[in-house]
Amino acid sequence: MNDVVISADKLTKRFGNFTAVDQISFEVAKGEIFGFLGANGAGKTTAMRMLCGLSHPTSGGGSVAGFDINKEQEKIKQNIGYMSQKFSLYEDLKVWENMRLFGGIYGMKEKDINIKTDKILEHLGFTAKKNTLVRDLPLGWKQKLAFSVSVFHTPKIVFLDEPTGGVDPITRRQFWEMIYEAVNDGITVFVTTHYMDEAEYCNRVSIMVDGRIEALDSPKKLKKQTNSQTMDEVFQKFARKATRGDN
Amino acid sequence: MSAVSVKNINKKYDRIIALKDISFEANSGEIFGIIGPDGAGKTTLFRILTTLLLADSGKATVDGKDVVEQYKQIRQEIGYMPGKFSLYQDLSVEENLEFFATIFNTSIQENYYLIEDIYKQLEPFKKRKAGKLSGGMKQKLALCCALIHKPVVLFLDEPTTGVDPVSRKEFWEMLKKLKEQHISILVSTPYMDEASLCDRIAFIQDGNFLKIDTPSGIISQFGEKLWAVEADNMYKLLLDLRNNKHIKTCFTFGESHHITVDNTLTMEELKTYLSDKGHTGIQIRAIEPTIEDCFMQITEKKQNE
Repeated sequence: MNDVVISADKLTKRFGNFTAVDQISFEVAKGEIFGFLGANGAGKTTAMRMLCGLSHPTSGGGSVAGFDINKEQEKIKQNIGYMSQKFSLYEDLKVWENMRLFGGIYGMKEKDINIKTDKILEHLGFTAKKNTLVRDLPLGWKQKLAFSVSVFHTPKIVFLDEPTGGVDPITRRQFWEMIYEAVNDGITVFVTTHYMDEAEYCNRVSIMVDGRIEALDSPKKLKKQTNSQTMDEVFQKFARKATRGDN
Repeated sequence: MSAVSVKNINKKYDRIIALKDISFEANSGEIFGIIGPDGAGKTTLFRILTTLLLADSGKATVDGKDVVEQYKQIRQEIGYMPGKFSLYQDLSVEENLEFFATIFNTSIQENYYLIEDIYKQLEPFKKRKAGKLSGGMKQKLALCCALIHKPVVLFLDEPTTGVDPVSRKEFWEMLKKLKEQHISILVSTPYMDEASLCDRIAFIQDGNFLKIDTPSGIISQFGEKLWAVEADNMYKLLLDLRNNKHIKTCFTFGESHHITVDNTLTMEELKTYLSDKGHTGIQIRAIEPTIEDCFMQITEKKQNE
């Protein structure tokens, strides 16, 4: 595969005698939208934490944005973006202050931050809200803004952990159109979701069951392979095989 | 008698209007779904009905009892599973259940038949502290605790948010069984696909009820031609569809885009338009709307008013 930006090689994480992530191996190419699916407790979050440089693998390894998961965690953090439904923006800072903060953390120059802030707000149609506190924005706006902030420093890869939970259907779709735009600009997207229609928007998806990757292919091929009409059916077929359950 | 009756309820927090003149009736024995995104007002409504919050104006009854005058009786008779996990994290699974049974003057044994199917799955972990359970397990325990005194009306505020598709399906199977036990259920969810599992639903957005009907009733009122369109490059397809003036709305829907079209456009013409734009692998077919199509149509209309 050309231009591999994420690779995992027998990546494993144990907590005591519990193997949360069990020798997973996969590669993600530049510009891909990669869907990382699995039931609650399948090991998705643990795997994602290792890929983001937040947790040391017990064994195995890999690279993210060209840096080693075991040895170069700080460099990984500088070269990725991250957004989740649970944490995204500081509620008690204004819209522009959030951008200033994240741009600064990632080492951008003040002038570049200012230019980019205006550009993004104009693109989103949020210019009038530049001085608004984030907590006063509707949820849908917050999520769109959070995504813009996660790619503010033009990372090579952005990790999205259930980015659209609880969002209304129209905003959920606008959010995915923003993802498409980011991909057009050359960013690679690694995303988890519980909405199976969103799995269809991914170039490839993996399905984790009991710490292992049980399926990995394009949605079309997975549906064909399992003789299913929808990704929901595909998911039900794989995830119901789980034995360790959700604990 | 109605399980829940709400008349002209209003609620404001400082400048934010949480509920605007809400009225509805949920019938005894039905699963009534309140469907809408975060921030729509679902939790405020649940807190008013469970007597934990006072409305600014309006009237509501639960099982015929007034939420203000008879709040103590209501509290005896309802089960409430809040959106936020609210059991005692440092008590074990078993201790939590026993605690809730005791404060409602009952015992686990007395109503065990109600929770048996669910609790069986938790039993291997009954000595584990509630705070150490996974998301799906916490949700099952919370449901058991809300049921242990055999409530007349069960209030479930977003019980499946953040829960994976397999556990969501299992949870709804449990609700169907509870309905057979004649428990009325008021449930809220942001997942549109769950709406079709309710007897009747209300769409809520920005504190307003936009529509109340059965799922099939809502679908039958869609009233537009709806087509699903696919092509090899789905993003370009989206942009090109949006640029066709005969296409009224266009939304992504997983593997296809759903479009509503005016009466002059035929499928053949659309196919030609898309081939001329360089598309390959074009497929167009007429489809029945889903609840999500209906929700978006109704919210869009509301925004354009």
